[in-house]
Amino acid sequence: MEEKKSVASMRAAELAMSAVFLAFGALVMWDSRRLGASWGEDGPQAGYFPFYIGLFIVLSSVVIIFRALNLGEKGRAPFVEWGQLRMVLAVMAPTVVYVALIANPWFGLGIYLASAVYIAFFMKYLGKYPWTKIAPVSIGVVVFFFLMFEVWFKVPLPKGPIEAAIGFN
Amino acid sequence: MNHRTTAKSLLAALVATAFSALTPAVAWEPTKTVEFIVPAGTGGGADQMARLTQSIIGKHNLMKQSMVVVNKGGGAGAEGFLDVKGAKGDPHKIIITLSNLFTTPMATGVPFNWKDLTPVRMLALDQFVLWVHKDNPAGTAKDYIEAVKKAGPGKTKMGGTGSKQEDQIITVALEKQSGAKFTYIPYKGGGAVATQLVGKHIDSSVNNPIEAVAQWRAGNLKPLCVFDNERMPYKGKVAGQYSWNDIPTCKEAGVDTDYVMLRGIFMAGGVTPDQVKFYVDLFEKVRQTPEWKKFMEDGAFNQTALAGKEYADWVAKAEKLHEGLMTEAGFMAKK
Amino acid sequence: MQEIQSLMAGFAVAMTWFNLALMLAGVTLGVLIGVLPGLGGANGVAILLPLTFTLSQTPGGATSAIILLSCIYWGALFGGAITSILFNIPGEPWSVATTFDGYPLAQKGRAGAALTAAFTSSFIGALVAVILITFISPVIARFALQFGPPEFFAVYLLTFSAFVGMAKGTPFKTVVAMMTGFALAAVGIDTVTGQLRLTFGFTELLKGFDFLIAVIGLFGIGEILLTIEEGLEFRGTKAKLDLRVVLDTWKELPKYWKTSVRSSVVGCLMGIVPGGATPASFMAYGLAKKMSRDGEEFGTGKVEGVVAPETAAHAAGTSALLPMLTLGVPGSPTAAVLLGGLLIWGLQPGPLLFVENADFVWGLIASMYLGNIVGLIVVLTCVPLFASILRIPFSIIAPVILVICAIGAYTVHTSIFDVWLMLVFGVLGYVFKKLDYPMAPLVLALVLGDRAEDAFRQSMLGPDGSLAVFFANPLVGTMTGVSLLLLFWPLISRALAIVRGRNGRGG
Repeated sequence: MEEKKSVASMRAAELAMSAVFLAFGALVMWDSRRLGASWGEDGPQAGYFPFYIGLFIVLSSVVIIFRALNLGEKGRAPFVEWGQLRMVLAVMAPTVVYVALIANPWFGLGIYLASAVYIAFFMKYLGKYPWTKIAPVSIGVVVFFFLMFEVWFKVPLPKGPIEAAIGFN
Repeated sequence: MNHRTTAKSLLAALVATAFSALTPAVAWEPTKTVEFIVPAGTGGGADQMARLTQSIIGKHNLMKQSMVVVNKGGGAGAEGFLDVKGAKGDPHKIIITLSNLFTTPMATGVPFNWKDLTPVRMLALDQFVLWVHKDNPAGTAKDYIEAVKKAGPGKTKMGGTGSKQEDQIITVALEKQSGAKFTYIPYKGGGAVATQLVGKHIDSSVNNPIEAVAQWRAGNLKPLCVFDNERMPYKGKVAGQYSWNDIPTCKEAGVDTDYVMLRGIFMAGGVTPDQVKFYVDLFEKVRQTPEWKKFMEDGAFNQTALAGKEYADWVAKAEKLHEGLMTEAGFMAKK
Repeated sequence: MQEIQSLMAGFAVAMTWFNLALMLAGVTLGVLIGVLPGLGGANGVAILLPLTFTLSQTPGGATSAIILLSCIYWGALFGGAITSILFNIPGEPWSVATTFDGYPLAQKGRAGAALTAAFTSSFIGALVAVILITFISPVIARFALQFGPPEFFAVYLLTFSAFVGMAKGTPFKTVVAMMTGFALAAVGIDTVTGQLRLTFGFTELLKGFDFLIAVIGLFGIGEILLTIEEGLEFRGTKAKLDLRVVLDTWKELPKYWKTSVRSSVVGCLMGIVPGGATPASFMAYGLAKKMSRDGEEFGTGKVEGVVAPETAAHAAGTSALLPMLTLGVPGSPTAAVLLGGLLIWGLQPGPLLFVENADFVWGLIASMYLGNIVGLIVVLTCVPLFASILRIPFSIIAPVILVICAIGAYTVHTSIFDVWLMLVFGVLGYVFKKLDYPMAPLVLALVLGDRAEDAFRQSMLGPDGSLAVFFANPLVGTMTGVSLLLLFWPLISRALAIVRGRNGRGG
């Protein structure tokens, strides 16, 4: 029962999303006014098109909001169930941590080490693999990318302490 | 990341001083891959020069570590300049400049200035040539300007790369000097401008030699004058019986306007003189290679190549010049 | 038939063991580059350009160098389709339209068929374009010169019109999605005035929103999140794994000859103009959907929906080299890098290249035939291998895909901010899908938005700057007219039906 519980209704999700668009559209219109949003001597000014783009976004989101308010039965349907949301978060949360670990002002691991840790974590906690399988996959993938980007193609990716230790920074 | 880099470079500096105290003969050398930032997209003039440099360094083994070219052209180059500005004290990052070193901060108000960077050396100066279609009746720059004046303000289209950058600045300088009025049409790249001129969608352009030379040789375009105070020195035949040297300066042609674009190298701020010296020497070696010399001739570059204080002075003067031109043209960002 | 003779000479230049080995290496590297989002064709070629420098200094070396680089380009064109079909992640911008039907096909267990169709159509598109280059390049070069700003705007308008009206669901959500795409495209520096737009003082926004980052997030990450809702598994794991799938698909392909022809034409035109491979793929997909008998079912996994964009993308990608060779103008970002390569190697691209460096040009053209054949063989033999990737358990492949996405987003501008942006787009993609917002219009608007706006405003500058320029000559007039007709076709057809109905009663 718990798993099937709705976290948010379709109506709530629709309203939230269109509110975001409404704000976005308004922001676009506001900045376009600053740039000049009229049809000048030499054709449209820098803000002309963005202004109307913003206007269209605002108008359409208002319509969507009204429609969402009158959704009736359909609006009560769940946008996402608790069980689903938990799965999504189980992927999103580690991914956010992963990106944060790649590079941050305090302690960046570099993309290679962070990737290895991330793949290992994913396989351990979501796939329940034994370490004997995890180690070759996570390390193998990362070594492949390292060779590909740093050695063959010379594309610099964020690096951390390990790369520094082997003289590759 | 900044904290870390600063701490690291401080440590490196300490170690370096310690070592140099012991063995003064050992000069600084890069200890890891050097990033060569191009504040423009792939395929443009600055990009070509950077990639050629990378090739030459690789071919002649001029440096132990390798060099990678990284394009950061967003925001008319602001992306690249801000990146180097943020890498204070990092000796493994160099940047090649276009005129956007001056024009971008002035036109957009993005906070950077060449003084945030360390000048290394000038590689060359890029020329600008006034081009028209071969069917244009004007035989000289003066004829053409007279025709533009006669047509009336805004009736003649001048195409160029980008807005409020070198091509438009030259156009404005030309207008101011001669009293003719153009309609300036900005495109995204120099190659596109040359083609638009061949297709007669615009009336003239101020393309760099390398951008339009192919069309000149094919007889589609003709050069009227070069925006420099003396003729280009290259006497080899380029298009039919003509060489670069045959193109008169604009002053000779009766239109007293000149402009050259800096192709120079800068590093991040806060680097040591030793580190700067390494790159000054490196690029001197690059300049001596036959490949570089051929490239200079193909692109009809002005081979002035200052370093040290002369270079810094040149840059400071160029900044003043741009400030004047941009202010008069009304291109400065509103404060 | 002087061309045939020149071409034969070209084959003689290109057909050495050394060059064939370079082709194989180039295509393989290219496929790898195409598979990884972010490391696009232009990037890959630019990165390897310095390596070819030494090669180009030997006699005949310039030809070998361009063979290597152009084969990387062919490989990237082929490779872009792989991740689009398997994981809904376009490896290259021009394979976005391939995801529309390719990914549903893979989910139905027909990944092999989708891959075969994609590769084969790519090959056919390229072949048509190369034949065009071989025989009528001078004529076409002149055609490309006709294109000024108004003509470019008309081309972009045509792309929109061909594609619009595709989305199901409410038109308001389509409008919001498309306009959001336009707004994101406007962020950064404005080409015409040099002003900064919608950056609000954030330096990270100076460079604007890159199309690839949005696409990796919206399509790739969004899809992974949707998949995971249903449990830790990918659908389509039962894909057949032997080479027979290639032959079976080939039997099906001739049915779609009309789509192939139409897409080749669209692709070649867009490549030469140069409008680009990405708009070409969208336009071809839109036209196929409008004109095919099965058009209604596009998006649910039709092989024809893979054939259309892939043929056009490869035709455009190949013919984009034509303006580079004949005019010295790059038809695509990759062509721009190749052009830089020519200069570095000491060749002068432009109208005289055909005369002065005939060996080089015809060697290159011959290598286009050979390189594409080599490429097709390489990728087709790998179809079972690619399809078998879907059998890897989700909890192994999903983190690897996410790592690839992160690397891809980072490499576009070497910026960690873009990786965060990709995650935001991922969440947005998930919500969009659940709330039925169409993503394709957003993506198309993001690709074409600023280009269309630039072209429009360039047209407005100057003495003849009024809306009339879009009808000023037969070329631009026809294109504008056709676009408007396509755009308002639903309204027009309804009006026609009413008129006809009345006449019927009256008569």
